[in-house]
Formats: sequence, C-alpha cells, structure tokens
Amino acid sequence: MSRLLVCPPDYFGIEYEINPWMRRSNVVNSDEAVRQWHHLMQVLEQDVGAVLERMKPVPGLPDLVFTANAGIVVGRQAVPSRFRYPERRREEVYFEEWFRSQGYDVVKLDPGCFFEGAGDLLGFSDTWFGGYRQRSDIRVFPTLSDWFHREIIPLELVDNRFYHLDTCFCPLSGGELLYFPPAFDHYGQVALAERIASSRRLAVPEAEALRFACNAICVGKHVVLPAGCPDTESQLTSHGYLPHPVPLDEFMKSGGSAKCLTLALD
Amino acid sequence: MMQDQETVILQGHIIDSLILAKVLDRILMMGGTFDLQDVQIGKTREEPSRARIIVRASSPKLLSDILQAIQPHGASIENEQDCRLAVAPADGIFPDEFYATTHLSTQVRLREQWVEVEGIEMDLGIRVDPMGLTARTLPMGEVTQGDLIVTGREGVRVIPLQRPRDRDVFSFMESQVSSERPHGRVISDIAKRLVQLRAGFREGTVGSKVLLAGGPAIVHAGGRDALTWLVEEEFIHVLFCGNALAAHDMEVDLYGTSLGYGDAAGRVLPHGHEHHLRTINRIRAIGSIEAAVRSGAIKTGIMAACIRRGVQVVMAGTIRDDGPLPGVITDSVEAQATMRRAIPGVGLALLVASTLHAVATGNLLPATIPSVCVDINPAVPTKLADRGSFQAVGLVMDAASFLRELARELGASL
Repeated sequence: MSRLLVCPPDYFGIEYEINPWMRRSNVVNSDEAVRQWHHLMQVLEQDVGAVLERMKPVPGLPDLVFTANAGIVVGRQAVPSRFRYPERRREEVYFEEWFRSQGYDVVKLDPGCFFEGAGDLLGFSDTWFGGYRQRSDIRVFPTLSDWFHREIIPLELVDNRFYHLDTCFCPLSGGELLYFPPAFDHYGQVALAERIASSRRLAVPEAEALRFACNAICVGKHVVLPAGCPDTESQLTSHGYLPHPVPLDEFMKSGGSAKCLTLALD
Repeated sequence: MMQDQETVILQGHIIDSLILAKVLDRILMMGGTFDLQDVQIGKTREEPSRARIIVRASSPKLLSDILQAIQPHGASIENEQDCRLAVAPADGIFPDEFYATTHLSTQVRLREQWVEVEGIEMDLGIRVDPMGLTARTLPMGEVTQGDLIVTGREGVRVIPLQRPRDRDVFSFMESQVSSERPHGRVISDIAKRLVQLRAGFREGTVGSKVLLAGGPAIVHAGGRDALTWLVEEEFIHVLFCGNALAAHDMEVDLYGTSLGYGDAAGRVLPHGHEHHLRTINRIRAIGSIEAAVRSGAIKTGIMAACIRRGVQVVMAGTIRDDGPLPGVITDSVEAQATMRRAIPGVGLALLVASTLHAVATGNLLPATIPSVCVDINPAVPTKLADRGSFQAVGLVMDAASFLRELARELGASL
C-alpha cells in the first residue's frame, strides 16, 4: 500500500512567475484543472491502488496543490520545506501544520538553507539523490544524510526548465532510473553512470522531457505520467512497467505534473 | 609574489557525486590554484566525507570570483579567527607562547582581515602595530616592553612556496645537493639570472639586487679577480663578509700575498704572515677602507671595486679577528641587524665559501629569494638546502672555480 498526500486545486492558478514555465498571461482553465486533478486521483486510487490523504486547500496559495514540495517524510519523521521564493514560503506553515496534525515528528532545518522537499530529494532504498542549485541548497544534504543515515549524492541542476530534481529524474521501484541526462552536468551524469548500470537508465527524449515525462509517480509496477510521452511509455513497458498516461496540461502551465501533485508518505 | 587565499570546507557525499572534483576543476578553470589540506573519506557509504581546501588566486578579485563560483556547490569559508596578541613583558623578552616565524611568507588575521607580515625571516616574533593594522617580524633582542606580539597559532597562516615560473635551475633543483652533478648548466642558469637582475637593477626594479656573502677562501683559492670583475660589471650589489675577506683582498693589493702566500707565485714569502696584519694596520691608520680606496692607497681588488661601484658592504666580526679593519661590526647583534637591513631588495643570494656568513645570511633570507650556496664542504650547502626552499641550489665546488666560471659565462676574459 502506498500513501500519498495531495491537495485539491480549488485555488490553483498562476499568480506569480517563479520558473520559466509560469506566465501570468497563460491563464489556467480552472474547470479543466479540477477535472484533470480528479482524473489523476481516480487513476491513483483505482488503477494504482494508492491511498490518498487530502489536505485542505488555502485561498491565496495557488501552488499548495504541488504537495511534493511540502517536505520529506521518512518513517514517522517529517522535514518541512524551506522555499527559496517568498511566494511559496507562505505554504510552509500549512504543510508543517498538516504533518503535526497527523502525528509526524517534525524536524526543522536551519532557516536560511533552502530545501524544497521531495521535489529535490528522491532515491532508491539505499542511495538518495539531491537536486541543487535551482531551488534547494546543497548544504542541506549533509544534514539530511546525517539525520536519516542515508547516502545523498548531490546533483547540480543545470537547466532552469528542470528546476526541481523531480522534473528530470524519477527512480523506479525496480531500481531503474527514468531521467533526462542534459538536465545534469557532466559530473552529475558520470556520478549517475557510476551508480546505475546503463541498461537500467532510461533516458527520455527532450520533447517528452519538456512534457515532464520524468515527473511520474511509480507505485510498484504502475507508473503514472503525463499524457503525450509515447517513447517514455514504450521504454517503461519494455522494462515491465504499466504506464498510466494522464492529461495534466493545466498544471504544466505552472511547471508541474503528476509527481509534483503528490507527496509519498511511506 | 603575494597570493590571496581563503580556506574552504566541503562536506557531504562529495566523492562519488564528483562534487569535490567539480569544485577543484572550477578553481583551476578560473585561474586559481588549490591545496587539498585534509581529505577525510567516509568509511561507509552513509558516512560523509570532508575536504579542507586552500584556494589561491593572484588577486583579491579573482579569489572572490572563485569563492562565489564554488559556494553554490557547498564550499563554505572556514570560520577563521583573528590572531591572538599578548604584550611583551619587558624589553628583549617576548610574551610566553610567542609565535616563531619560518622563512616562508606569513599572514596574520587582524580585525577579520588577512595581513601580510613584513620582513619575513625565520626564528623571529611578529609585532603588530598599536592600531592592530600592520604586522612585522621582530628579533627577540629588539622587542620593547608593551609591544603587541602574536602568540599561538590561531589566525596565523604560512603560505607555501609556489613553484617559480622561470624554467631554470632554480625551478627544479629542489634542495638537492650533490658533488657529482655537472656544474656547467647550473652556473649558466645563474649567469642568466645575473644578467636579468642587472638589467632590473639598472632600471631601478625592486628586488633586483644580488647579494654575495663570501669568505676569505675566495681570495686564497684565486677567485679574487673573478669576484672583482663581477663587482666592477655591476653584477653584485650587496657584499656580506668578515674581517678576513677584506683584509686578504687588500693584502694582495699592498703586498701581492694573501695570508703570506705569494698570490702569483703560490709560495710563502719571507715574513709573509705579517702582511695581513700590516694591511689591517695600514687601513686603520687611514681610517676606513673607503678612504684607503679614494686616496689611492688601495687600487685593486674586491673592496676597491665595491667602493668604486657603491656596493653596500656589511662586515661582521668574529672572535678570532685580527685588528679588526675599520668598519667591521664587532657587536654580533648589531652586525645581524645591519645585515637584516640590507636584505630588502635582494633578488638572488650567492653564498660562497663561508660557513659562518652563509648560514647567518641563509637565516635572514625569506624562502622566496633564490639562493646559491657554493662550498667545497658538502655540509654547508646541505645545511642551507635543508631549509626547504624550491629555490636553494647547492654546489659542492671550489669558490674560485665557481666565480671564474660564472664570470667567464658572463663574458669576462679571465
């Protein structure tokens, strides 16, 4: 069983521009966004068998819907995010409050060190990978590594269109990695090649990376990903995964997709 | 050359992620250099690694650019403290735990700024001005009660020698002393340096002076003409010696002997042993070496050339001296201080055939000044080369042969 935190898109919209995808002029069709979100929830619950925890949306916080950036949850401990941009910093208290209300032991990072939760920290059971430079600060990883006794390999994000690690990097349950190599510099690509055999590295083509093919949710052999990524789907299928494409264009206007809309709780 | 530097710490999983490699590459690509001071590698996958890196750059601006470029990759500037200061309890006495200098460039941290220590020389203390803005080395004997003296090691950093840029003998000798090494190439490189330095000296470039510290064996062994020629041709600008070199040099002029031996004939002349005493007595009667040369009483030789060329001569006396000659400083603390004052501006030191003056001079020289030690006894160049300078060349050879070969290399027909 996989539990995911989600937040309904009642107040979702583009009210500011903090990544290259966001354009205030690119107005969100709210009805369509709600429909797409509910469709995603339906796939997650019915096809994938995930359990969803819904938090209450807050007026004036359009990006609260992207719960991947709430923080990270490890066992009964939760580390809330510290957002780089003031626009999203206002979300911090709501995420923290939710963690506390659910009985998580909340561990807080030093103020002044940016960390944008599961958007920038992903991994396999033994090794985690931390995206830095765009949003999270590399300095948080030694601290998190110390707290959770996990190796954290920092990876510099060199393309601002892939501003969170989860926009270009998706570890799969069988140990494979779905990723877009040019989002990383040479050092990052070599570090990944050292850890993950080439047969297990599934590189997505640029056109699909730009549709956020890597912003996928993997639960067991199910992979929920944005619709319109046929090459990625066929790679997943050939590795024994069952892709579930879901249209999420309204959320792409804000620079987010399937994975951004969920936070893995266990 | 002063280098700006800052120490940074990099920690976490920096090895497998290639973050350390990336940071080091970035430093080099931007034109800086680094020293990896400490690298602790995690014993397990979970355990983090830690590296302490000294970043160096040729200017404060470049250093700041490099630091700015590596900070996003986790390099954080090490928390540094100002150096500790204590008041000298009495004249001539350093406070306990005073910091003792090396001959390497040193900086102290004053009011959160790294300040270059002036007058670098080994085995001294460091005095900070009352405002706490500048720092200078200070011999024990010159400390005054109440002086602010650096103590302990916090806030003090020693800058290792950078490999010299010139690709000559000084850049690869690395303190090797061997009596078996062919001397020709070494002497030829020294000659090239002398030519460069003379050009600089004539243009008034700071650091272009050549210092020669020599013993009387130069005269006995037959190197007098060569050294005289080097002085006349303006290759030597500062001379450190004792009573004997000067006395025997002028003895040759007055009597044709050095310590009684016929300079040309090479055998003892009757009553020749008295000649150096008579020489000293004569100069004492005239009043000074300079007056003896100017009056024409002394016409040839090293001292005459030095007077004519305006070479700064420091003569330090010893306990066995006869006379001594006027101008010989018999107070050894005063002699040391006078030699020290003559060091600034020196760009090359030739230490020839004198254990006493070579070692004394070697102790006064910062490691940044290339030095050549020539002695027939391997112990002397070895002792000097052991000071750990990239630029100390030791030659085990006869002083006269060295000077003659050097002068010939520079165009003398000797």
